[in-house]
Amino acid sequence: MTDISQTQPTATHDWTSATARRRVRRRYAADRRLQLYGIAAIGTAVALLGVMFTTLIYAGYAAFTTTKVELGVFLDPEKIDKDNIRSANFRKIVRDAFLSHFPDVQGRTDKRNLSKILSSGAVYIVRDYVVRNPDKIGELVTISVPVSDPFDQLYKRIIPREIQALSSDRILLYRQLEHRDVLSVQRGVGVVKTTLFVDPAQVPKEGGVEAADYQRMINEAFRSFFLSEPSLSYREILSPSAAEALKNKVVANPELVGKTIEVNLPLSANYDNLLQKGEAKIRNPRFRSDKEFAWFDSLIQRGLISTPFTWELFFNADSRFPELAGLAGALSGSFLALLVCFLLSFPIGIATATYLEEFAPKNRITDFIEVNINNLAAVPSVVFGLLGLALFLNTFGMPRSAPLVGGMVLALMTLPTIIVATRAALKSVPPSIREAALGVGASKHQVMLHHVLPLAMPGILTGTIIGLAQALGETAPLLLIGMNAFIPSVENIGLTQPAMALPTQIFSWADSPERGFVSRTSAAIIVLLGFLVLMNLLAVYLRRRFEKKW
Amino acid sequence: MLTYLLLALLAVTIAAYFAGFTKARSFATAPGCSPQHSLSGYHGAFVAAWAGIPSFLLVLLWLLFQGPVIDSLLVSSLPPDRVEGLDIGQLNLLVSEIKSVAKGNVFSEPDAVVLAGAERYNSWSTIAIWAMVASVLSLSVAALFIARSKLAPRFRARNQVEWITSVLMIVCSLIAILTTIGIVASLLYETLRFFSMVSPFQFFFGLNWEPQIAMREDQVTSGGAFGAIPVYVGTMLIAFIAMLVATPIGLFSAVYLTEYASSGMRAVVKPLLEILAGIPTVVYGFFAVLTVAPAMREFGEFLGFAIAPNSALAAGAVMGIMLIPFISSLSDDALAAVPQSLRDGSYGLGATKGETISKVLLPAALPGIMGGILLAVSRAIGETMIVVMAAGIIAALTLNPFEPVTTVTVQIVTLLIGDTEFDNPKTLAAFALGLVLFLVTLCLNVIALSIVRKYREQYD
Repeated sequence: MTDISQTQPTATHDWTSATARRRVRRRYAADRRLQLYGIAAIGTAVALLGVMFTTLIYAGYAAFTTTKVELGVFLDPEKIDKDNIRSANFRKIVRDAFLSHFPDVQGRTDKRNLSKILSSGAVYIVRDYVVRNPDKIGELVTISVPVSDPFDQLYKRIIPREIQALSSDRILLYRQLEHRDVLSVQRGVGVVKTTLFVDPAQVPKEGGVEAADYQRMINEAFRSFFLSEPSLSYREILSPSAAEALKNKVVANPELVGKTIEVNLPLSANYDNLLQKGEAKIRNPRFRSDKEFAWFDSLIQRGLISTPFTWELFFNADSRFPELAGLAGALSGSFLALLVCFLLSFPIGIATATYLEEFAPKNRITDFIEVNINNLAAVPSVVFGLLGLALFLNTFGMPRSAPLVGGMVLALMTLPTIIVATRAALKSVPPSIREAALGVGASKHQVMLHHVLPLAMPGILTGTIIGLAQALGETAPLLLIGMNAFIPSVENIGLTQPAMALPTQIFSWADSPERGFVSRTSAAIIVLLGFLVLMNLLAVYLRRRFEKKW
Repeated sequence: MLTYLLLALLAVTIAAYFAGFTKARSFATAPGCSPQHSLSGYHGAFVAAWAGIPSFLLVLLWLLFQGPVIDSLLVSSLPPDRVEGLDIGQLNLLVSEIKSVAKGNVFSEPDAVVLAGAERYNSWSTIAIWAMVASVLSLSVAALFIARSKLAPRFRARNQVEWITSVLMIVCSLIAILTTIGIVASLLYETLRFFSMVSPFQFFFGLNWEPQIAMREDQVTSGGAFGAIPVYVGTMLIAFIAMLVATPIGLFSAVYLTEYASSGMRAVVKPLLEILAGIPTVVYGFFAVLTVAPAMREFGEFLGFAIAPNSALAAGAVMGIMLIPFISSLSDDALAAVPQSLRDGSYGLGATKGETISKVLLPAALPGIMGGILLAVSRAIGETMIVVMAAGIIAALTLNPFEPVTTVTVQIVTLLIGDTEFDNPKTLAAFALGLVLFLVTLCLNVIALSIVRKYREQYD
């Protein structure tokens, strides 16, 4: 038992001792560390946001310009019937007009490859131009038409003319050979010094050394070279003539059979380039021949290529060809769906919120309604899509892919947002307004309709716009009710016509394999984000401008 | 046709308003008449409401029942020797063939029964539409006259209109309940149909998920292809990765913003984080495909191991970015709700700011933060577009984050994109998954909200 009274006097703490100072330092270091974690977390979040926007803009800005070629077309009155313009063979007219820019190109294959520089939509652009301007028939007109996707990408330097011929693990093989010091250039040809056993078992009785299986011998030799890659064939590395070279050597000296010899075998073209030029490149497989580059360069030199702003992005319908695809269908579909969503959710939301906030008695039913509204706000969006599919499409037999159904599903999703915003706005109207109106003899409904709702309207509108902005970006429910149909024209627009929406268009473009759709998708995302920013700015403006502080 | 009918109905309603209004005006201007109870506008609104609302409801009911009624008429009118021995599916096929012929989409030469049926279908449809127009408009006009005849100087039009408004408001607020009922009923109905084809035991405990096989005619329910365990595991794996990214970043930024940051910095950073919450998920999905997945694959190559292009890691990480603002704002609320007195007490004992946060504030705010995390988990499980674009479709039972896995939402979307037939277990499986998803997220939300609410009451 220690004596307590004895320890008490020493309990006064020495704040200046080294241990105490160290402890304080450590405590403040922990504080600073926590602060650092916070800054790092915020920095990470903001950096991720920055990376996201940067990559989207970097990938998308290219789609806001289209590479076009000035095409001089002679609208031959013999080929185009003035009274029946659409029946003319515009495909041939456009092709001939384009080929006439290159009088020295001959041969069917070359002509066909050359005409593929033009987008396949050029025909319709020329046709529509003639339909619009029938008086130009008989004249030589200049129409600018888009080039096809590979050349569009090439001109914007998104894809290169040449790509690496060898993948990184193939280059690794080369490095291994280099490391063994067996590579050399002899008489302008890259060779690899190979130690090889001229296997008598591979030399048949009939035919002798002439008919021996030299390929197999080389393969055996290479297999022992690269033990880690048992499936490797020497064809990857050596030129196809390697077996021939070995054969010549053995035929010249038949006594080599059964001996282990060292022989220089020629490298394949790609590895030869790697050895002699330091890099191996081949033509980008998206182009068919080097002539295409020459033709395209000559178009550039003649000043026929230009990159105007892509108005087509906003005015064209969807297309399988990225250089022609536009957002007109998606924009109109989204607009119609949002219109339906607004027309349904705005009145219903206000009515619900007003009833719950101002009129409803406090009982189980109204409690149940409130619980339901709160839960609906948290239900995953894809479940609303299932509801739309099972109820609206399957049970009620409403049309598939229609903006009407899309708008109805979006309205159900937007309702909780609008209800919550409306209730908050109603709550913020001070009781004095209500009491004054009641005092001069207004009925409860009149107080609501004439005084409280107008005063709460800015708040309600702000909430509605934010809810609509959410609905504009919603994708999954629209996918389930089929609003991702491919619709290549904007002629049939209606509430019950099949349509696309902006986010589903983004989804379907993102799924397309063509390289040009990467920038189209990013551009569509930029347009979508632009609309969202506009809507949110409008909401902020409404709040700042009209909301009263009581 | 329907558009014109609705426009006509609108015109009748407007006319009804003026009919009521002018009649009420005539009382007011008539000499020696007793004073009017309600303003003339209320008289007009009363007549308009009676002329418009019942007829509009009639249109909706008519549209709802017209299709099934005509279908059953059509089926009963078909010659019995043609209908005999057909099951429901074949009968539906016949009916839809007749309908498509009736619309003029003739692909091959239809037989006489179909042609005759199409003719009857067309004539009945025309009759039904004209009958609807006639009955709706006559109901509307009749209601107009009856309501107008009721108007009198002492007629309590305002009370009547207010009663109608109240009823309308109650009906509107019931829509929230109806939506919930609709979700539960439709999911439950299709799920029960699914379980009549595939046993629930297999669905909940089976280890093999290959729903596409069921497309083949002879394999409707054979093969054990609807075991959803891999799908659940994949969902949880991706949600776990997402929470691993979102929780530390969200929590630390909330701590910094509430306790350390100057008000100027808060004013800049908070909206920036909210931007993350406002970006549509399809954009995150594209970001995952365009940037994150290739970057991860290259990083894996650099380190010397393979990361699949649609790995769980990429999808989960991007989903985590999406959840950052969610966790940060809910933790922010929870931290801000801790009373100042707790902070002051801690400072008074000589604690540093960091000690106050880690020893006092975080424990006090823990229920709120946990509620926020649960809400975020529910969000992660229900999130669709990111995983549809960035995660896999093949259901592999693995916990390796570098391999592709699939999720409940991915399966729902892939099973239901394109044409859907409601008698196929492949389609119905999506509804069963949807029901599971709905119930799980509902439970998570209820638990989270009750934690948050309970905790709030403690300090208020």
